[in-house]
Amino acid sequence: MLKRLTILMMALVLSGPALAQSGPLRLVITDGVIEPLPFAVPTFEAENGEAAQVASDISRLVAQDLAGTGLFREVPASAFISQHSAFAQTVAYPDWRAINAQALITGAVFVSGNQMTVKFRLYDVFSGAELGGGLQFAGTVDGWRRMGHKVADAAYSRITGESGYFDSRVVFVAESGPKDNRAKRLAVMDYDGANLKYLTDSGSIVLAPRFSPSGDRVLYTSFESGFPRINVLDVASVGRQQITTADGEMAFSPRFSNDGRQVIYSLANGGNTDIYRTDLVTGASSRLTEAPSIETAPSFSPDGAQIVFESDRSGSQQLYIMSANGGEPRRISFGEGRYGTPVWSPRGDLVAFTKQNAGRFHIGVMRTDGSEERLLTASFLDEGPTWSPNGRVLMFMRETQGAGGTSSLYSVDISGRNLKPVPIQGGASDPSWGPLQP
Amino acid sequence: MITKAALIGLVLTAAACTRPDRFGGAGGGAANGGGAFDPNAATNLGGANDPTSPLFFNQTIGDRVLFAVDTSTLTEQGKQILIGQARWLQTNADYLAIIEGHADEVGTREYNIGLGFRRANAAREFLVSQGVPSDRLRVTSYGKERPIEICSDESCYAKNRRAVTVISIASLS
Repeated sequence: MLKRLTILMMALVLSGPALAQSGPLRLVITDGVIEPLPFAVPTFEAENGEAAQVASDISRLVAQDLAGTGLFREVPASAFISQHSAFAQTVAYPDWRAINAQALITGAVFVSGNQMTVKFRLYDVFSGAELGGGLQFAGTVDGWRRMGHKVADAAYSRITGESGYFDSRVVFVAESGPKDNRAKRLAVMDYDGANLKYLTDSGSIVLAPRFSPSGDRVLYTSFESGFPRINVLDVASVGRQQITTADGEMAFSPRFSNDGRQVIYSLANGGNTDIYRTDLVTGASSRLTEAPSIETAPSFSPDGAQIVFESDRSGSQQLYIMSANGGEPRRISFGEGRYGTPVWSPRGDLVAFTKQNAGRFHIGVMRTDGSEERLLTASFLDEGPTWSPNGRVLMFMRETQGAGGTSSLYSVDISGRNLKPVPIQGGASDPSWGPLQP
Repeated sequence: MITKAALIGLVLTAAACTRPDRFGGAGGGAANGGGAFDPNAATNLGGANDPTSPLFFNQTIGDRVLFAVDTSTLTEQGKQILIGQARWLQTNADYLAIIEGHADEVGTREYNIGLGFRRANAAREFLVSQGVPSDRLRVTSYGKERPIEICSDESCYAKNRRAVTVISIASLS
């Protein structure tokens, strides 16, 4: 079981290349603090002249994806002894061992018009063997970044034994304008900030978009009518419509169930906010909480059996878990301060949350029984974590202080390492990380 | 559904509302000078000295009440303002009102929507207790989305924790 959720490299503890390796190349993401695993990505072979640019770009992207995790470190090309310029050539293992590149990623790109193929191989340098077989992806030149992410996901997955998260998208709120007249619109981007596309205009406030499990739809809260209502938007067509919730003065904070069929959300009536569930197919709605307090920010467990949410029934915001059918919830947060915006991890083992304590905001994780709380960040305002598809990284919003305060997105891994901004032009808030794309 | 064209301040002015989700200045309003109540449209609000005018409501009676941190309890001062609002609404029976609740930025987004709703509802319940028919009142909450003051300290937060009564002659149906 994961305890402190930090990184350990195993099976690569070698005092030198002469030592027989005790096992295959493997980086186990678990307890203990270790150095990133060094890898090399010689520029992929361009199989024809047209492929030269994209071969170079795609190799850089693969290296950037892997190094960006904080789990891997790129050995720069300036250190290379061999160049491995031809995909089919034999790997000169001693040359890569000499520069301590433990993993070697090679590839080749062929371009014909807007079609391209990418081949790649991953070598365990110290074992002197290929790790997994060669893979080939075909697609369009316009979509070269996705193919690069797929190569990096395959390498990540083979080395860590876990699925990757690079070929994924994030839906969020793009922000512009001053704090007292901020324009907000839905936008979608690749996980690394590339390929940003707006999904709505800024005619009315939009909040907290949430991807469907397959990434085809987005639920969000819209103020188009002046009263918060829940809309669903089709990502491909950007067509949108209000969903019919139970009757209430306001509906907000929606989230999909893991089969994409149910929506859980907050409904407000007579000053009171409770959690409801609506089946998008039958239209049937049921009330899940009945308390005079504010119940909001519900999130399903991956198996759909339970819901984690926040409530101020104790006098301040705290986290609770209840059955997906409602019933008596049990409180799981007991530390100092307030806890909100819980999100169940895709692995089911953790809940990520926003914590407010002593004038600071934190993103944190705890086990689903409330134990082993761990705060990963601290700032004037950190809020609204969302999980990477493999449950290893959280993305969230950070807002700076003061009249000129702006919001941007950050990511951090669940050990608290590798905190970094997601490069986006303009303000951004409320990220929701979608699934790994097929 | 509220038709924008029928909102006070937008009835006759050509100045387009740049904040369509603010109901023509709701939450900002004339009081802070930054809202969508176009100064040129002031005549539509009536004179400040005309006690039957919405401008009188906004400026003299006061269109907003303020709240302490993380509470929705009306202060004595707030109740006095609401008593004035209730009298005005009873006298001017053609008008309807939307009460908008707001929170300061120190809180998470969803919770602040719930909190703003509580605040708006507290104002509504008080107005109803003073005799305003509940079918002339609607409530909504903007959470922390529409601060009127933008600094990050209590002097601003105190003004942002508010419930604003926005007068309308539109149908609330």
